[in-house]
Amino acid sequence: MKDPRSYNGTGGHSRRAFLKGTSAAAAATALATGAGAAVAADVKPRIVGPEATPVTLNINGKDYELKVEPRMTLLEVLRWQLDLTGAKPVSVDASSGAATVIIDGKPAAANTTLAVACAGKKIQTVESLGGAKPDPVATAFVHNDGMQCGFCTPGFVVSVRAFLDKNPKATEQEIRAGLNSNLCRCGTYANVVMAALEVVKGGTRG
Amino acid sequence: MAKAKYSWPKQGTAAIIGTQQDRVDGMAKATGAAKYSYDINPPNVLLARALGCPHAHCSVKSIDVSAAEKVPGVVKAVAMKKPGNEIRWQGDPIAVVVGETEGAVAEGLKAIKFDYEAMPIFVEDEDLAAAEKADRAGGGGGNTQLEKEAPEDADEAKFADQEIERLLKDSAAVVEGYYGIDVITHMCLEPHGSTCEWDGKKLTAHLSTQNVSGTASQFADPLGITADEVTVHCDYIGGGFGSKFQVDSWGVLAAQLAKDIGRPVKLMLDRDVELKTAGCRPSGYIKVRIGADKDGVVNVWDSHHWGTNGATPGGVDQGVIPYVFNPKNRRRKRTTIVTNASPTRAWRAPNHPQGCAMSQTAYDDIAAKLGLDSYDVFLRNLPSVANNKQEVYEAEMKVAAKLMDWKAKWHAHGKGPAKGSVVSGLGMAIHTWGGGGQAGGCLVKIHPDGGVEVSLGSQDLGTGTRTVINMIAAETFGLPLESVTVNIGSSKYPRSSASGGSVTVAGVSEATRRGTQDSLTKLCELVGKKLDVDPTTLVASKGRIHVADQADKGLTWKEACSLLGMSPQEVKGEFQRADDNHLSSSQVGGVQMAEVEVDKDTGVVRMKKFVAVQDMGLIINPRGATSQIYGAVIMGISAALYEQRIMDPKTGAFLNAEIADYKLPRLGDVGEIVVELYQPESEYNRGVVGLGEPPAISPAAAISNAVANALGVRVPVLPMTPKRVLEALQKARNA
Repeated sequence: MKDPRSYNGTGGHSRRAFLKGTSAAAAATALATGAGAAVAADVKPRIVGPEATPVTLNINGKDYELKVEPRMTLLEVLRWQLDLTGAKPVSVDASSGAATVIIDGKPAAANTTLAVACAGKKIQTVESLGGAKPDPVATAFVHNDGMQCGFCTPGFVVSVRAFLDKNPKATEQEIRAGLNSNLCRCGTYANVVMAALEVVKGGTRG
Repeated sequence: MAKAKYSWPKQGTAAIIGTQQDRVDGMAKATGAAKYSYDINPPNVLLARALGCPHAHCSVKSIDVSAAEKVPGVVKAVAMKKPGNEIRWQGDPIAVVVGETEGAVAEGLKAIKFDYEAMPIFVEDEDLAAAEKADRAGGGGGNTQLEKEAPEDADEAKFADQEIERLLKDSAAVVEGYYGIDVITHMCLEPHGSTCEWDGKKLTAHLSTQNVSGTASQFADPLGITADEVTVHCDYIGGGFGSKFQVDSWGVLAAQLAKDIGRPVKLMLDRDVELKTAGCRPSGYIKVRIGADKDGVVNVWDSHHWGTNGATPGGVDQGVIPYVFNPKNRRRKRTTIVTNASPTRAWRAPNHPQGCAMSQTAYDDIAAKLGLDSYDVFLRNLPSVANNKQEVYEAEMKVAAKLMDWKAKWHAHGKGPAKGSVVSGLGMAIHTWGGGGQAGGCLVKIHPDGGVEVSLGSQDLGTGTRTVINMIAAETFGLPLESVTVNIGSSKYPRSSASGGSVTVAGVSEATRRGTQDSLTKLCELVGKKLDVDPTTLVASKGRIHVADQADKGLTWKEACSLLGMSPQEVKGEFQRADDNHLSSSQVGGVQMAEVEVDKDTGVVRMKKFVAVQDMGLIINPRGATSQIYGAVIMGISAALYEQRIMDPKTGAFLNAEIADYKLPRLGDVGEIVVELYQPESEYNRGVVGLGEPPAISPAAAISNAVANALGVRVPVLPMTPKRVLEALQKARNA
């Protein structure tokens, strides 16, 4: 049976059937708990879209009331609606690490995460590591020249931050084993290792 | 002797030049504040994407975009090819869709109907016989140099045949080798493209480019405007490596669409289109016979190499065969193979990495054959180097060997101790590159309040161009780095060269030093008048302009600048290569050594240690220079062990044109890298040379040689994937 509200009605899967799947159900649940979203009285998954839907995203400690299409990735919303362009579009999947953000304390690829699935979660982008008092990881990247063209650098900085949050006393060996999710074409890996080690040693600039 | 008009401080006397400096835009890059072309979002900007042709060779019958234009959110869709056009590689853009969101544009691209007529496909660039059969192999030239002259009445080709056979027969050792290196792509992490916006008749193109000063006219001509009406802007570029000198058809189209629609348009290529169409380097495969005396000194070289430049003829130049070494007798033949793949673009040190990988491997096999230490064989062949740098190589080899602990670690090829199935090995290679400053200018502005601005139409590929300019200006004026504002990245600034071929740092250094020295001379005239001293006795140091050796007899920088009155002092720095009194030079050497571990059971090669010793004339910022060498080495490790373009011979499809499938090294794959900047006074006094290409050349050959030393078997074609390592071992067992 064709769902009249399915997005294009031509595919083999109706949108409703898809949303009943487990991962989408989790997304819908997360959406339902978000501020500004109408909460259904029963536990049936709520169907949103295809048109843009209101959602509140908490990014870098601030709530943003947004309207997003359910198919939009977090990366698209960050870059196009909020002009937070630190996370970069490099790969179609999560294999480059360039779009790494921190969601509820864990690193995640913003380009493979649906924006609506982020309602009610705390999103941290690379921009939160800058400003007047930059994060020691950013400072260590500068001091150790952990960048060349710099296009992969924001994603790398976020990954190193997340990795060191979990492994604050990481050894060089652990750093070389644990930071393979980010791709750099210019070849800054040697510098990134030095930067991460400097943060472990508590060395900030000065 | 009259004092040269322009000069660098004597080695060891500079305040800033030669000191380790953080890149001035480092924090902007590290925290996402740096805006790349992909990141620039003017109000109302639309997104555009290009559809790559799914077929490798076909004739266009029709491209119907009408269904795409009906997709909600799509604003416009246009075909980029006409019926009858021949498409010669998969991924060549055939249509563009412009829309409000990523989703709308993606749906629009899917709705395009493409009708075509298939044409014959050929992509097997390593298979010379197949290329000849498919009529894809063409003449590529060749030449012969022999110590002995042909008798006057002799047939030269026949004489060369006989002479080469004689020389090979007289050699103590002869190696008949086969070597090669596959096509790799540029894989710029920021794809090619631009964000274009119009203000009336004026276009601003935020273009991801290595060529800020040279691309305005590339927009202007096809758009029917003049170059003065175009501003090309690029503060940050996410990788170029030689592939981003052109505006490209999709760049012009982005500007045209922005004009037609009346809204800014951002057109960046998708990853697969980027890899399939926007940059790769030629492959090279070689059959060679090489003969040497008992000490490993090569006396005769006879080779035939081939490879592909993609859909246009070309390939690895014969001038790099054999590489750096120029034996007394050599014959080289070249064949070019046309394939259904995108034409290549300049790739960091065009020709050189392939030339090095196709010939210094053969030199290493001579060492293996004679049971000699490869170091000694390279050393003994240095008298034949074609670039007059024998002494530099000798000195750099000594430094590198010490850093690698070569002599202690060396074992004959295939004779090292094994730890289980793991064997280790050493290999080396040497390289050369020209570089040097191209013509260019800069504008130096000193404001009456003491502010200093230096503006150049250059770009920072990631080498730290801004920082270099900043350091030189601060050095000349005796100011701290933060007192100088550097403006680059706009075609409205004085023209600089494109960044390709290791010319940027030398070029901007010439222009900046000249401009700032002239500017200071002018300011000193005012100060001299004010203090009633000879202005030529004045120096700028530590924030003051004062009589040399009399720090108290002078003015602070601010006091000096206040003498300018109401308007800033503007001075243009200019550099032409024909000028005398150069602050830059060209030609470098460079020596690299690799240590690897190879697991004979799995075929996996692991980098253990890599040493790079590099001369580059005068070094402005050692930190930036060191980073650039680390990066070049890592790129070389990538070509040696990981990356390759994989084509389907049946369909001509580029099978691994996504990041997940196109293997590149990760942080854990590169091992320990040791960089040594070679800068004795003789190098420093040459002035600035440039560094982008040279250290990217040797790694592939050095690593191949290290694997051959570990295994006692040559893995002929790079990258040395586990499959190829196991195949080479199997072949050796069967032999």
